[in-house]
Amino acid sequence: MHARVTEQAGGDYLSDGYSLRSWLTTRDHKRIAWLYLVSITAFFFVGGAAATLIRIELATPQGDLVSSDTYNRLFTAHGVIMVWLFLIPSIPSALGNFLMPMMIGARDLAFPRLNLASWYFYLCGGIFTLAALIAGGVDTGWTFYTPFSTMFSNSHVILAITGVFIVGFSSILTGLNFIVTVHTMRAPGMTWFRLPLFVWANYATSVILVLATPVLAMTLLLLAAERLLHVGIFDPALGGDPLLFQHLFWFYSHPAVYIMVLPAMGVASEIIPCFARKHVFGYRFMAYAILGIATIGFLVWGHHMFVSGQSVYASMVFSILSFLVAIPSAIKVFNWTATLYKGRITFSAPMLYALGFVGLFTIGGLTGLVLASLALDVHLTDTYFVIAHFHYIMVGGSVMAYFGGLHFWWPKMTGRMYPEMWGRAAAVLIFFGFNLTFFPQYLLGYGGMPRRYHSYPPEFQVLNILSSAGAAILAAGYLLPLGYLLWSLFYGKRAGPNPWHATGLEWQTASPPPRRNFEATPTVTREAYMYDPVTGRESPQ
Amino acid sequence: MNIAEQFDDAPQQEQAATFGMWIFLATELMFFGPLLFGYSYARSHFPEGVAAASRHTEVMLGTLNTAVLLTSSLLMAIAVQACKADAVRLARGMLLLVAALGFVFLAIKGAEYRHEWREHLFPGAGFAFADARHAPAAEIFYFLYFALTGLHALHLTIGIVMVLAFAAGLLRGGRSFASAERVEVAGLYWHFVDVIWIFLYPILYLVGRSG
Ligand code: HEM
Ligand SMILES: [Cu+2]
Repeated sequence: MHARVTEQAGGDYLSDGYSLRSWLTTRDHKRIAWLYLVSITAFFFVGGAAATLIRIELATPQGDLVSSDTYNRLFTAHGVIMVWLFLIPSIPSALGNFLMPMMIGARDLAFPRLNLASWYFYLCGGIFTLAALIAGGVDTGWTFYTPFSTMFSNSHVILAITGVFIVGFSSILTGLNFIVTVHTMRAPGMTWFRLPLFVWANYATSVILVLATPVLAMTLLLLAAERLLHVGIFDPALGGDPLLFQHLFWFYSHPAVYIMVLPAMGVASEIIPCFARKHVFGYRFMAYAILGIATIGFLVWGHHMFVSGQSVYASMVFSILSFLVAIPSAIKVFNWTATLYKGRITFSAPMLYALGFVGLFTIGGLTGLVLASLALDVHLTDTYFVIAHFHYIMVGGSVMAYFGGLHFWWPKMTGRMYPEMWGRAAAVLIFFGFNLTFFPQYLLGYGGMPRRYHSYPPEFQVLNILSSAGAAILAAGYLLPLGYLLWSLFYGKRAGPNPWHATGLEWQTASPPPRRNFEATPTVTREAYMYDPVTGRESPQ
Repeated sequence: MNIAEQFDDAPQQEQAATFGMWIFLATELMFFGPLLFGYSYARSHFPEGVAAASRHTEVMLGTLNTAVLLTSSLLMAIAVQACKADAVRLARGMLLLVAALGFVFLAIKGAEYRHEWREHLFPGAGFAFADARHAPAAEIFYFLYFALTGLHALHLTIGIVMVLAFAAGLLRGGRSFASAERVEVAGLYWHFVDVIWIFLYPILYLVGRSG
């Protein structure tokens, strides 16, 4: 009960101890969110550095910057870091950690100690992965396909998969914590259908984390066993079957793309109603669509294996199921659009990011349907079309939404405003740079340029130069927020509790929030998103 | 019972703990998933090899172990009820018996492993299987056998440590540590480890022996 005292002592969570030790041993979900935020950002820039080298190499058709072997290590580093150390934890672990308890009116997550442990798992796994890089890198691609990874690769596979394995525990523990928190710690009156969609999205994501990550962990252990003991599980020469690896790997890794994109959808669903001043259109359908995507996401992994030699009947089933995922995804896009319709729209920085998310996610999703069509995929698989597709979803979608969320909740997290004009400029720059980088890759892929090569026939050069130029703009766009957000920490004007006049519970407490979030546990009497488009304020009902 | 600062009251805390354990067990089940999937994959691809290999397991010891584990589960259930009824001595006695049965299980398992090691059934360079035709499939079977039973034994070991910790807590009269709620959560875990074995026993020991 000593906690009551700190609460009465007042002060926000940031002034609750300034030493490094107070941060590294904190059990406050808001501080743990910062631990994630800082470490995730660091990894993002390491992964980005690898991308830069890749794009410089591809500016000319000859492989003149790096050797083919180095190139393999570069795209592996880029993929591994971006997927496991950036995309998967970014929104849930950083923004989710900060917001989930506040959005449901709780004082913290159900298991604060476990939450801190999750971050240590994350950091430790990240260090292993970096160690693999420093030791010389890995050349298998982020998918670690067998039998190459088990028998032929002479790179640091074991070190890298150890890192990924450990990071997996961070995911599992975070997911467990979120699920229990949402079930048991909602404030009085916060019924399931009053939950903000961000909470729904992170809840569904947590279910995927908890059910899929252990499968990946065990698959990696099997890979390690085969590599170290030479038992045949995956290697056909030893009696094993490489398809088994692909099934197990994609059973995790397809749902993993929903781990990346569902929270992003959650972010968009918070920002869009706020800056359109409207109740989100079809709230219940939005919630059901989230659950639908999470569920169907478990049934479509085989669309990564159309050319692997699995049975054509299996491929047909996976193709049809993949089309099914489009239905709930389309529901979401249509409902965001309908929310915008006749809204009082303000094009603030978070809104620009959110709208960018919707547009890019839609393009990525539609090209996903192209890839889900069996016959087309046989032509497009392992070309730049695929690269473009997943960058539209993951970078255009998830990263855009992550930045949007960061801008939306920055005033809450820090108590400061950033310069709005800079925020808008960065959003526009990123959108433009992104499209210039990745749209040409659709054309390249359609024209037949394969992925994972460090040289290519000269006729592809023009589009590659466009793409590299776009990447430079994109990089500038990503660096800008780093500058002005840091600036705002010291010079930004005070935000006040609710600068956007938003309706969520997190806005009903001070910015930055007190140590235990609320002075008194709030009672919820109405639905989420009660915006009034006429007055532009909160609706009275 | 101590209530952590994030909770309002004891029921909420208890609900969170129990629910957390259920979710944890779901993740555990998924951990075994790839091995079980690998097993069914191997069995559908090399049915005869897997059957031949499975006939080499020590069915008597496996059966004995099943009985040991089921008994432990019964005692665990009694321990939980005793805790709830504040029958501290009974609860402690039962927990000690549960841990003892856990040890017995591990000892029997160890004896099996020693047998298999001597017969060169351990996968890797030294693997040898009497029926050379089936050697590759048998190696996969034995790999999965060791992985599954090893993982199970690891869980059991953790369970034993947990049960002993609660028994010790009760000895010191420390009901705040060994509260009925916590012992119940530990019981959930123990039953789960049992249930896993109930699946492993038929697929590893019995399948090849039918027909
Ligand atoms: C900033 C600009 C970026 C550029 C220029 C870029 C460029 C590339 C290129 C050229 C490849 C293909 C390598 C190949 O297969 O030949 C690639 C792969 C990949 N990228 Fe990016 N990328 C960028 C940002 C990101 C971000 C932000 C993420 C995730 C958050 C990401 C995730 C991935 C993944 C998962 C792969 C697959 C790696 C593999 O093929 O094994 N990328 N990227
Ligand atoms: Cu997929």
